[in-house]
Amino acid sequence: MRIAVTGHVDHGKSTVLGRLLADTGALPEGKLEQIRAYCERNARPFEYAFLLDALRDERAQGITIDVARVFFRSAKRHYAVYDTPGHVEFIRNMVTGASRADAALLVVDAAEGVRENTRRHATLLSMLGIRQVAVVVNKMDLLGYREEAHRAVAAALLEHLGRLGLQPTCCIPVAGREGEHLVRRTGLMPWYAGPTVLEALDAFAEARPAEELPFRMPVQDVYRFTAGGDDRRIVAGTVESGTARAGDEVVFHPSGKRARIRNLEAFPDAAMARLEAGGAGGFTLEPQIYVGRGEVAALAGQPAPATASRLRASLFWLGKRPLHRGRDYVLKLGTARVRARLEHLRHALDADTLEPREGAEELGRHEVGECVLALARPLAFDLDQLAPGTSRFVLVDDLEIAGGGIVLEGLPDAAPGKGAASRFGQRPTAVLLAGDPEDPDGPAAAEVAGALEDRGRAVHVPPTGPDPVRAAADASLLVSAGLVVLLPARSAAAALLAAEARARLGPAVRVAWQGAGEPPEGLGADVRIDPGDARGLVQAILDWTEPAHPDRPGPATGAPAPGSPVRPTRS
Amino acid sequence: MRHLDTLESRSIHILREAYAAFPRLGMLWSIGKDSTVLLWLARKAFFGHVPFPLIHVDTSFKIPEMIAYRDRLVREWGLRLIVGRNEEALADGRTFPDGAVDRIACCRLLKTEAMRRTLAKGDGGEPFQAVIAGIRADEEGSRSKERVFSPRGRDNDWDVGDQPPEFWNQYKTDFAPGTHVRVHPLLDWTELNVWEYIAREGIPTVSLYYDQGAGTRYRSLGCAPCTAPIDSTAKTVAEIIAELSTGKLAGIAERSGRAQDKDDAGGLESLRRDGYM
Repeated sequence: MRIAVTGHVDHGKSTVLGRLLADTGALPEGKLEQIRAYCERNARPFEYAFLLDALRDERAQGITIDVARVFFRSAKRHYAVYDTPGHVEFIRNMVTGASRADAALLVVDAAEGVRENTRRHATLLSMLGIRQVAVVVNKMDLLGYREEAHRAVAAALLEHLGRLGLQPTCCIPVAGREGEHLVRRTGLMPWYAGPTVLEALDAFAEARPAEELPFRMPVQDVYRFTAGGDDRRIVAGTVESGTARAGDEVVFHPSGKRARIRNLEAFPDAAMARLEAGGAGGFTLEPQIYVGRGEVAALAGQPAPATASRLRASLFWLGKRPLHRGRDYVLKLGTARVRARLEHLRHALDADTLEPREGAEELGRHEVGECVLALARPLAFDLDQLAPGTSRFVLVDDLEIAGGGIVLEGLPDAAPGKGAASRFGQRPTAVLLAGDPEDPDGPAAAEVAGALEDRGRAVHVPPTGPDPVRAAADASLLVSAGLVVLLPARSAAAALLAAEARARLGPAVRVAWQGAGEPPEGLGADVRIDPGDARGLVQAILDWTEPAHPDRPGPATGAPAPGSPVRPTRS
Repeated sequence: MRHLDTLESRSIHILREAYAAFPRLGMLWSIGKDSTVLLWLARKAFFGHVPFPLIHVDTSFKIPEMIAYRDRLVREWGLRLIVGRNEEALADGRTFPDGAVDRIACCRLLKTEAMRRTLAKGDGGEPFQAVIAGIRADEEGSRSKERVFSPRGRDNDWDVGDQPPEFWNQYKTDFAPGTHVRVHPLLDWTELNVWEYIAREGIPTVSLYYDQGAGTRYRSLGCAPCTAPIDSTAKTVAEIIAELSTGKLAGIAERSGRAQDKDDAGGLESLRRDGYM
């Protein structure tokens, strides 16, 4: 079982864990002596924490910087434990450790009480989907092992946990350095009748095998290795939930393609009977169809994943730069990657106080919130209860993973309905032709429109007035009617026009920048094209407005009313 | 044995993610038990194939049985092998113990520097973008802090104070040009797990791990001058497992026979910051 140890900096996480390792006999011979010698050599008091804080900087500063994995066993089972850092600077490392865990210990200093990272860690545990938490009230030795001290800290923390919907399994008073109530109980706190830390760990429930849930296998790759005359074409992936057998009919989402499993492939055995939740496997198909990485394999006759290109989601943010509108992110869910934008921030909360920040338009570092994300194309997903593995995603900002989220529901596409999309055989889009204000002529919008019409697009160039709100509203109407709308935006107000258009049309807005220098801040250009390259501009617009693949079921399957959530449908 | 199934599946998932993310990928193979388990997992992940080259950093001080075993598996399993050596350091005699440098400098030259050059030379011209390595978190302190996908700088250096977050099976797979990545699929395995898996799967291992009658065997394999055998009469995988789980080795660290860990107060950390495995 995998356990994360969390809590505020200096509340004794590494000490509790180090002492636990020592008391369960998990340390190799001579390890304690080695740490003692190290402390003597460096004229420092002995610390159990040095068993975990192995990095030079960690020992020099007396804090944990990065998460350590350690292993021990009880009479009941094996444990892998992630000791996470409690300093706010290293929240990303805490998330890295805690996300892998089946359960967590939340350590709080009895003397110092609940602090900001105690609460932040609790909030993140709840976001990460960790439901089993035991509270460890540490340093009881500093407070004379008094019951009132324990009770006060426990009450304050339970209140915060309650707001997060977390119900701790127990609230254990301990003295980490002394080892009291970790493994042994010497009667220093006769008023406490609950479990020790080791007993609390043993009482955590094993993660439930997800076999009774619908089958989900995000496709990692399709392999065709020809060495040695191998002609198998194998769809490979790790099963998130459910089971599958040879002969089962598989439906891939979002493409909707179907085929039967011919054989469950394995090495070194040629075949296996059953592919089950948690297993990394692969299969051949009959007939052979073209599918690729990023699709989700499900079984016909079981609840299918939902598909949408707009998502309502809970988010936590770790990025150095806030999450904001007008910036492109990459959303990774399962093995799918899709370009995403923040369409609307419903609310932002401080992960510490859980106080909402009024009028928030961006999600800052260490905040949690709820938002609507617009995706560049439809994505297959589940809701958390149905299949957690295909309901959680990360957002990549530039090159870094900057946030994590859980899909709450899929929303129908913004303005254009399915009917409008099919009317002209194109993807209705508002295209901003942005460029330098000093170069007001640029490539004439009418010329571009002509070239697009030659290629079968229905295009309109509305007369543009000075008011970007009005211009965006007009463009929105035209896009709703199924048209491709070109908006010359060579003025200083281009960024404002882009923001207004996105507020109405979400992902149906594209921005081409044809200036000499960098596009202005906040414009959110989708592409940069050389000012003289009319052909390149036309090609970019043709790509954007290419109709969705005909055998790809539109997100409006089942025709939900605007604003209503897209629920999983039966395939 | 459910636990081994879980470890196996997670490692295979990581191998496939690495293969999907990096067109120029290689796998370090030290000939030891861990990287041979990794090789076995790769054959499972890719259904009997190993679709990237293996890289063996050969210090020339490896024990002869290791080379014989390596060449046999390359032949029998149809593997593609790249052998990396620091020929200059060897020619100049900058080695330990009979050369001009100490233990740590010898490691830097024959392993870290040889690997850096081999990775830069790459496979057919272009440098490797990523290499898979079989390190485990329970081996040593700085390895317990590693990421699954661990970016290195231009010179293979490791910035331990600023590692990227990774959660929910999502790893950092987007990198600036010139970044080099180490992929670590075995972090969650312990030494005992490795041997239990070798037993379950029947994976061939080099004979040096077993007592050949002299009452000694190697627990961890490195270069002959810096790796000492331990006193043990374990002759089979089952006897090694018994020795590790309840017997005489249950409380002794695996790398206790590896001298370079002790020369420096920071353990392996200094070597690893410079690019050592």
